[in-house]
Amino acid sequence: MAKADRRKERLDRGIKVRSDGIYALLSWRELAYLVLPRLVLIVGLLVLPLVMPSLYWQRVISNVCLYALLALSFDFLAHYVGLVSLGGALFIGVGAYIAALLNKYLGFSIILTIPIASIAGAAICTLLLLPCLPLRGVYFAIVSLMYPLAAMRIIEALNIFGGTDGIMGIDSFPSSWAEQYFVIVMVLLFLFGLRRLVNLDIGLVFRGVKDNDQAVRASGMSITYYKSVAVFIASIMGCLAGACLTHIYMFSGISLFALDFSILPIAATVIGGGGTLAGPVIGCFILVPISELLREFGTLRIAFYAVILMAFIVFKSEGLMVYGQRKYHQFERWVKI
Amino acid sequence: MLHVEEATKAFGGILALNRVSFDLYQGDILGIIGPNGSGKTTLVNCITGFVTMTSGKIFFKGKDITGKPAHKIADLGVTRTFQIMRPYYSLPAYKNLVIPLFSPRAKRTGGWRGGGKLGDRNTVGIDILEEIGFERDSFVPYKMASSLPTGYLKRLELARCLALKPEIILCDEVFSGLSMSEIASMVPLIERLQMDGITLIMIEHRLRELFRVANRVMVLNFGEKLVEGTPEEVMANPKVKEAYFGSEEVEEVMTYA
Repeated sequence: MAKADRRKERLDRGIKVRSDGIYALLSWRELAYLVLPRLVLIVGLLVLPLVMPSLYWQRVISNVCLYALLALSFDFLAHYVGLVSLGGALFIGVGAYIAALLNKYLGFSIILTIPIASIAGAAICTLLLLPCLPLRGVYFAIVSLMYPLAAMRIIEALNIFGGTDGIMGIDSFPSSWAEQYFVIVMVLLFLFGLRRLVNLDIGLVFRGVKDNDQAVRASGMSITYYKSVAVFIASIMGCLAGACLTHIYMFSGISLFALDFSILPIAATVIGGGGTLAGPVIGCFILVPISELLREFGTLRIAFYAVILMAFIVFKSEGLMVYGQRKYHQFERWVKI
Repeated sequence: MLHVEEATKAFGGILALNRVSFDLYQGDILGIIGPNGSGKTTLVNCITGFVTMTSGKIFFKGKDITGKPAHKIADLGVTRTFQIMRPYYSLPAYKNLVIPLFSPRAKRTGGWRGGGKLGDRNTVGIDILEEIGFERDSFVPYKMASSLPTGYLKRLELARCLALKPEIILCDEVFSGLSMSEIASMVPLIERLQMDGITLIMIEHRLRELFRVANRVMVLNFGEKLVEGTPEEVMANPKVKEAYFGSEEVEEVMTYA
């Protein structure tokens, strides 16, 4: 049969649970259909540190999770609130510096520094981004990109917070197990939390702001308020990642404002599938290890990176997660026209 | 109820609105007509705070609301529909109403029929949709807004206002783009809103239908108020004929009236 006389037909699988009702409890098959993908992800993540061959690769797992938090925050802001933020590095830097300062100069233990840095850091980031919230799309992206660059130069020029040397000698996590499981649990918590949030009524308002902000204004709600709440939620994740990072490397410096932290989450979102929340996490689990493997190539790895990204954009622009979801929920077959 | 005093809006050198004053009384249906570009939509934008006026004042129930942000004005109960429909296309119709029902005003008032208490937003949303002409037992309220036909989208615009339990709705061309039969079913809806105690301002090009529901009509031309009065008075006015000169519909309506 020539390609011209046939087309691919897609049919939804005949499983009732997709209508998300109580049907899920009808049979084991339906239950498994719902629970298995989630279970695979959760168990997979929890087992990961146990199967890693060396300390080096265990550290990579922590890195992946920190990037995953950032990617989650990017995906949430970009696809559920309509703010394309390149401020990932700002979140990381602010979280890291707060945790570092609290630990080094005030002697706070790690149990305190991480939550304080997450919340206070998020508050600071939200305040900083507040003036740009009326901006939309690419304009917001440009301005949010400026913040980490400016922060880096300000610390350098004023020679505050250790200047270019940074702050060293920060407490590490009690053990590498504690470190890995903490970040993994945080990723899972925020992943499922966000998925719940975007389907709550307030989540619908966020999506409304993205879809049609004028209609939200006409409904008697301040879009700036809801945008700032969303930025706060997203920057909690970013600052948490920053605080963990500073404790993992026992160091905080201007390199934490590096653009990697802004760019890699976007790449991961492209690969994983925007708007799925789980996709960006999966994207990080692909990109960060690849980046580690390419380390020997030095700066050339950026070129490899670009090629991988371009391949994804050209051949699978919908992203892995969207593709996977479709395959999972639908049959495909060729039918004669 | 609403008092607009010398509303003026200049876009660069062009006066979109030139010292337009009018009053709106409780229970009114005020029609605003005028040729294209006469400043009708700009007037709605000014009243609802979507653009700031160059000069002039607006009072709602005696309180100065000039220069307040759009969401504050909507919160007072002065709501609007958009000429180019603005639903949340990625959400089903009833979820479109969950968003306005989340607003502070809806929480206070409980939505259109709510007696000060807001129930589950999904059910309240479907109730409002049913009252406004979405058949409850059909799939229509659950359809994606992007797949709804224009008639339903216009109703959805009104429903978004109703979710706030509004005092005033400014309807920007709710009849345009609808078929005759769709308009015929919209007219009783508008009348029902009026009976419900909602005051309406209707911007329209469909004069015949407008004159059936409106009790007062104001004519704008080049941003200036030409005349105001009952539909009959307005139609009899030679200035209006001049502004609409050549427009077949006016002739038609005039013979009809």
